[in-house]
Amino acid sequence: MSSEARPVLLKVEGLTKHFPITKGVFRRQVGAVKAVDGISFDIFKGETLGLVGESGCGKSTAGRVILQLYPATGGNVIYQGRDLTSLSKEELRKQRPHMQMIFQDPQDSLNPRMTVGSIISEPLVEHGKFKGRERRERVEQLLESVGMNREYTNRYPHEFSGGQRQRIGIARALALSPEFIICDEPIAALDVSIQAQVVNLLEDIQEEYGLTYLFISHDLGMIRHIADRVAVMYLGRIVELADSESLYSTPQHPYTQALLSAVPIHDPKLEKTRKRVILTGDVPSPANPPSGCHFNTRCPRAEKRCFNDSPEWRYIGPGHNVACHLV
Amino acid sequence: MHAVNGISFDLKKGELLGVVGESGSGKSVTMMSLLKLLPMPPAEIVSGTAKFDDQDLIQLDTNQLRKIRGGKIGFIFQDPMTSLNPVLTIGYQLAEPMREHLDLSRKQARKRSAELLELVGIPMADSRLNDYPHQFSGGMRQRVMIAIALACDPKVLIADEPTTALDVTIQAQILDIVKRLRKELGMAIIWITHDLGVVAGMADRVAVMYGGFIVEEAPVNELYANPKHPYTQGLLKTLPNLEGDRAERLESIIGQPPDLHQKPQACPFAPRCSNTFAHCLQENPSLINRGKNHKVACWWNPDSGEKV
Repeated sequence: MSSEARPVLLKVEGLTKHFPITKGVFRRQVGAVKAVDGISFDIFKGETLGLVGESGCGKSTAGRVILQLYPATGGNVIYQGRDLTSLSKEELRKQRPHMQMIFQDPQDSLNPRMTVGSIISEPLVEHGKFKGRERRERVEQLLESVGMNREYTNRYPHEFSGGQRQRIGIARALALSPEFIICDEPIAALDVSIQAQVVNLLEDIQEEYGLTYLFISHDLGMIRHIADRVAVMYLGRIVELADSESLYSTPQHPYTQALLSAVPIHDPKLEKTRKRVILTGDVPSPANPPSGCHFNTRCPRAEKRCFNDSPEWRYIGPGHNVACHLV
Repeated sequence: MHAVNGISFDLKKGELLGVVGESGSGKSVTMMSLLKLLPMPPAEIVSGTAKFDDQDLIQLDTNQLRKIRGGKIGFIFQDPMTSLNPVLTIGYQLAEPMREHLDLSRKQARKRSAELLELVGIPMADSRLNDYPHQFSGGMRQRVMIAIALACDPKVLIADEPTTALDVTIQAQILDIVKRLRKELGMAIIWITHDLGVVAGMADRVAVMYGGFIVEEAPVNELYANPKHPYTQGLLKTLPNLEGDRAERLESIIGQPPDLHQKPQACPFAPRCSNTFAHCLQENPSLINRGKNHKVACWWNPDSGEKV
C-alpha cells in the first residue's frame, strides 16, 4: 500500500522539548537540556511507526511530549486536525481517551495497592464510561482480550510475572477504545521468550481494533518486525525516516548504517563475515550538543560543512528522508 | 530456591565459552558460586566440585580464594556503576589488585594501570587515573572494569552480562576490544549473556541454561545451525531477523519461566514444550551426547524423532 494515499492521523511539526538547567538560590536558568530538538513527522492511520535510538536520544521524551504529558517547548502536534499543544486542560482531558500509552516497566506503571480490576477500570471511571455491572463486564472482557483469565480482577500486580503485568498495562490502555497508542519500550524489561508473546499480542489487537502505533524501542530487530516505517533519532533529532524495508536494506545516514552494523546477529557464520562500522567515542550531552550536525563528533565521514551547518531534512526517494550533507 | 542444579562443564585454555539463558536460569549464580562470591548464608553450595588447575575451588578457604579471585580469575560484572567504588579514584581501584596479588610497588602499579587503560582504549590514560567513576561514561566505566579484571594477567575471565547495560554502538566497541585482547593475551573467557546475537559473534562453544540446568551444549556453529533442545530451537525462532525475510508473525514460547522455589522433579521445560510426553513429567533428562561434541538434555531425539 502506498503510504502517500493514507490519511494522516497525527502530524508532528518542529516539536521541541527543552528542560531548563537552573543554578543558585534564585534558580536562574543557565542552560537547557535539548531532549527533543525540532522533530517533524506524520503518522498514518492504521500504521506502526517505529522510533529507534540509543538511550538519551530523546525518543521517550518525544513520545511523552506528543501526548502532552510534558508541555512542549515549541512546535505543534496535530491530532486529527486539532493542535494538542494549544488545548486547555479540560479540552485535553476530553481528548485523552483517543490516545493512550503503554509504558516500559510494568512493575512501576501499575499501582501495587490497586487490584487488577481497579487498575483497568480507572480510566473508565475517570471518563464516566460504563456503570456497575457493565463496567465489570468490560474489565473482564479486556482481560480476556489480552489473553488473561477473567477471574483475575481481584488480584494484585505482584501476583503476576513481568509478561502478565505488561498485558495488564495493555488492557488498561485499551479500556477507552483508543485509536492511537504510544508503546514506549513495551518489551525492554521482558525476557526474550516472553517478548515475542507480547509483540504478537500487540499486533493482534492492532488488527482487531484498527489501532495506530508509535512504537518506541532501542531493539532494531523487533522494530523491523513490527514497524511499517521507521524513524531513527540521534541526540534530539530525527536523522532518517523511511519504510522499514528500505531503511534496513539501504540505510543512508552514517549513523543508521553504524547502528545497524553494530547489532549482533544470531548467526555465527554471518557474524564472522560481517563488516562493522565501529563508532568512536560517546554520545555528546544533550545539554551541550555540537554545532552543525549533531552526529559530527562520531561520524566517520564528517567534513567541514558538517561542523558549521545543520543538515536539512531532505527527501531522497519515495517516503525516504535523511538529514545528512553527504547523502 | 534451587538456583543451580548439577551443572557440569569444562573450559579449555584460551577458549571462549558462552553461557546463554534468560533471567532466573541460574547462569550468574553458577559463576558466582565458583568463586564463592555469594553471601553464605543464605546461599549454600550443597554439592559439587570446581577444578581450576587441579585445585578444587569449592574446598578452598577464604584466604586461599582471595589469591585466586581477581588474580588468576578475573571478573567483569554487568553494571559498572555499582561494581566500582564511587569514592575511590580509578587509579586506586586499578592498582589495588596488583598491589595485593603481584606485590607491585605503588609506582609500578600506577605505571601498569596507565598501560592497562591504554590497552582498553581510554585516551589520556595517565591523567585519567586520578578521576572518579562518575567522571566516566557507561562505556568507559565498563572499559575500566575490563582493565581491572585484566590487571593480574588472569588465566580465566568471567564476564557476567558485561554489555547488557550499554547501547549497541558502545557494545560494539567493547566486543571489539575483548576480541582484540583475547588474541593478544590468550586468556579463557566465560561470557554470560541473554543475547544470542552477542554469543554468536564471540563464542567458540555455547552452553544454554534453563531453570538452573544446562539443557544444551555445543560448538557455536553447530548450536545455531542445528539446535536440538526444544528450548534452544524455540528461542532462536522467537528472535526477529535483521536481514532477509520478515516473518509475518513471531513464533513464541508459551507460558512462563519455571518457579525455582520447588525442587525440580521433571524436565524444567516440560510445561512450555511442544513435544512433552508422559515421561518428561516424571524424570528430568540428564545431558547426553547427541552428535559430535553436542550434548542435549532432552528425552526426545530430534534426529530420529524417537522418545526416550
